[in-house]
Amino acid sequence: MKHYDVLIIGCGVTGAATAYYLSKNQLSVGVVEGCNDIGCGATKANSAILHAGYDPEPGTLCARLNIEGIKLAKEICEKLSVLRRELPSLVLAFTEKDMELVHKLYEQGIENGVPGIRVLNNAETLEAEPMVNPEVLGALYAPSAIVDPWEYTCAMAETAVRNGAEVNLSCKVTAIEEKDGVYTVRTTGGDFTASYLVNAAGSYASEIAAMVGDHSFTPLHRCGQYYVLDKSEGARVNTVVFRCPDENGKGVLVSPTTHGNLIVGPDAYIVKDGKTVGTVAETLHKLKPSGKKSVPSIDFSKTIHEYAGVRPIAEDSDFIIRPSEQSAHLIHLAGIKSPGLSAAPAIALEGIKILCEQGLTLTPKENVIDERKVIRFKRLNEEEKAAVVKENPLYGQIVCRCETVTEGEIIDAIHRPIVPRSIDGIKRRTSAGIGRCQGGFCSTRVHEILARELGVSPLDITLGDDGSYILTGETKEVR
Amino acid sequence: MMNEKYYDVIVVGGGPAGLAAALSAAENGAEKILILERDNDIGGILNQCVHNGFGLHYFKEALTGPEYAGRFAELVKAHDNIEICCDTMVLNISADRHVSCVSSKNGYQVFRAGAIVLAMGCRERTRGAIAIPGDRPSGVITAGTAQRYVNISGYLPGKKVVILGSGDIGLIMARRLTLEGAKVLACVELAPHCNGLARNIVQCLDDFGIPLYLSHTVTNIVGKDRLEKVCISKVDGYTPIPGTEFEIECDTLLLSVGLIPENELTRNAGVGIDGRTNGAYVYENMETDTAGIFACGNVVHVHDLVDYVTVESMKAGASAAKFALGNKADGNAISISNGNGVNYTVPQRVRLENVDKALEVFFRTNKVRGKSLIKVTSGDKEIITFKREHMAPGEMEKLIIPAKMLAGVTDTIKIEVEDQA
Repeated sequence: MKHYDVLIIGCGVTGAATAYYLSKNQLSVGVVEGCNDIGCGATKANSAILHAGYDPEPGTLCARLNIEGIKLAKEICEKLSVLRRELPSLVLAFTEKDMELVHKLYEQGIENGVPGIRVLNNAETLEAEPMVNPEVLGALYAPSAIVDPWEYTCAMAETAVRNGAEVNLSCKVTAIEEKDGVYTVRTTGGDFTASYLVNAAGSYASEIAAMVGDHSFTPLHRCGQYYVLDKSEGARVNTVVFRCPDENGKGVLVSPTTHGNLIVGPDAYIVKDGKTVGTVAETLHKLKPSGKKSVPSIDFSKTIHEYAGVRPIAEDSDFIIRPSEQSAHLIHLAGIKSPGLSAAPAIALEGIKILCEQGLTLTPKENVIDERKVIRFKRLNEEEKAAVVKENPLYGQIVCRCETVTEGEIIDAIHRPIVPRSIDGIKRRTSAGIGRCQGGFCSTRVHEILARELGVSPLDITLGDDGSYILTGETKEVR
Repeated sequence: MMNEKYYDVIVVGGGPAGLAAALSAAENGAEKILILERDNDIGGILNQCVHNGFGLHYFKEALTGPEYAGRFAELVKAHDNIEICCDTMVLNISADRHVSCVSSKNGYQVFRAGAIVLAMGCRERTRGAIAIPGDRPSGVITAGTAQRYVNISGYLPGKKVVILGSGDIGLIMARRLTLEGAKVLACVELAPHCNGLARNIVQCLDDFGIPLYLSHTVTNIVGKDRLEKVCISKVDGYTPIPGTEFEIECDTLLLSVGLIPENELTRNAGVGIDGRTNGAYVYENMETDTAGIFACGNVVHVHDLVDYVTVESMKAGASAAKFALGNKADGNAISISNGNGVNYTVPQRVRLENVDKALEVFFRTNKVRGKSLIKVTSGDKEIITFKREHMAPGEMEKLIIPAKMLAGVTDTIKIEVEDQA
């Protein structure tokens, strides 16, 4: 049975960040992930924003780790070439009551230590973002950033693997046993032992806790839906436009994405578990008037996709970052709601600090890898395009027409440290299929390349997680 | 510095439109013609349309898609003036007719063209575009993607199939999948009428006993990993009627919910796009509002029959050759406006000086109609009328207006449909 000094349960953004930092030390680090790919829970379906940090209540972990997290995120994205774009965020006020909230958020922001935050009047708001509804009374302005959350997670997980960590996919944890200070973790993909466990299981964190008899938290699951619009709408705004928050969260936002699309969402409603991510007709369309209230010119006829994401909300509404009371070498990184993406690396460091308090010793490794290179053909200039195709002709073969993704990029993604086995895995890594035709043209080609490179039958390739088969059989015996 | 090789005519896309345009350009005097095709062979989507029924108008015989494409491909390949680059993706077209493209074989290249013909075709509307709610399992794919899996790759995408939308590809796939052993359980159409050709309704649904639910839509998709069932409701207009829901257990939902001309390159070149067709505004000779850039086939408007694509593209190719050789079309442009019952027209603008024998106008009507009168007027002047026994949105109407009837017309030309008692 494989033994790790530290085994991280869950490879979302929190687990990946933890693995990234831990792998820089002389330790054996393992990660088990229930899905067949990393980042398939809350990480892949959220607002993709690195929040400025005015929203969490001062004094909470959320507040401190948000502020610390976005600083670390900047550094990580630069080192690991993750798509990230800095742009201001605005919280729009349409009523006097909203304006009061804006002032309250401003005070909170100051207390939390948000740099560059200020309150704008109507004219200043329209100057900061000419596309917002001119009826706006004013807004809270704060510097923020958008990120590709999935690539961010992948970059950290990949770097961890290059530094010696092991990511075990399709290993859903079914039981945890503790004996003489060693945990035995039973999973659907084999069993592992570990001296320390990190519970970064996202929506399943309370189930993991329960496996060691810890019933100290039972988070609710909050779901939010989004529209994704074509790139023709992507430049509609150049800021992240929020509405004033209410008891349901930050309210419907309008934001560009790092890929150049526009997203509008989320709403907020409670669902039964982390798997309930279907979109709902009755509520989905209500996002449109909300979005148009902020930015009236949004053209929803340019919608290309909708999605819903679930995040766990702990009862006391702060992150749960502490050792289990039942089993002190199991550290919870749980209840990671918004601003979890923003806070992720700070959550990881907080978790590692607790691991050390529980007896883990960290000795930094020499020659740690802390860089990552990816070719994104579309973003190269003419000379660079010519050069990259000359060096490897596969970068001249366009597979995804909408996003201009080349066969070279897809093959590179397949042979990186964490191997994708699904069409969606390729989509998340390369953008092939995220565009306006939603994989209509390229999915069959990606399918062929994936089967060929992995050396498996096309019948074995899934759309997403294990079980989401695409083909049911061959049409004819002889081909 | 990039090499900037010059061609008289560059054709973007090697499907039926591009092939006909290239041939016609060659026949009309262009000496250096280049076809840029993104797929590994010319022929376009016809290569995966293995059913027959193509060519009834143009060749007066029923051909399969590959056969129809093959006839043009042979002519194009044999022509000394035409060069073909497959596996080549055009990345940008500029209004001053520079075309940049990339391929494994030739790397990144920039060409200069005397004239450009846009023939990129169309793509299928997706689940996301029409926002079908529910889970996101596998087994929800467009009809064209399914067609490629079955006819090119040789795989079945499912065993129990529901089809949403009654577009022709969906109807064709209903028959194809049935013949391959799948069970097609229903075809569900939002509109009160079928959107495909009448012959496809008969030959692909009726002949196989596949029920067609008009004025119905899919209101929910259920399935954790693979599709398990769809919920269907009757609709009042676009709105599902409560109490009419029923479920069908299936592993596959095929979408045949419309085609969208692929005009991203067109937009980037600054060419004007008609919101009704989602294609470029074109003149009588298939020239766009940007001089020297022509367009034809499904990138201009979605056609019902490839035969019409061929004829239209021949015109575009000939016009492009003329332009490249220095015969630029000009003259006063008159708009063609959509009256009652007309969803769009192609062309949208006409320069009467360039109309040789007759002006050909394509349009689609907005609903199924019986005996109808099509009136072409300009101001108070009635230019011509046409009678039809039957009209439907799934079938294109083609009007041939003799040039002599248009003499002296200076005002907007209006086309409208009147129901005849």
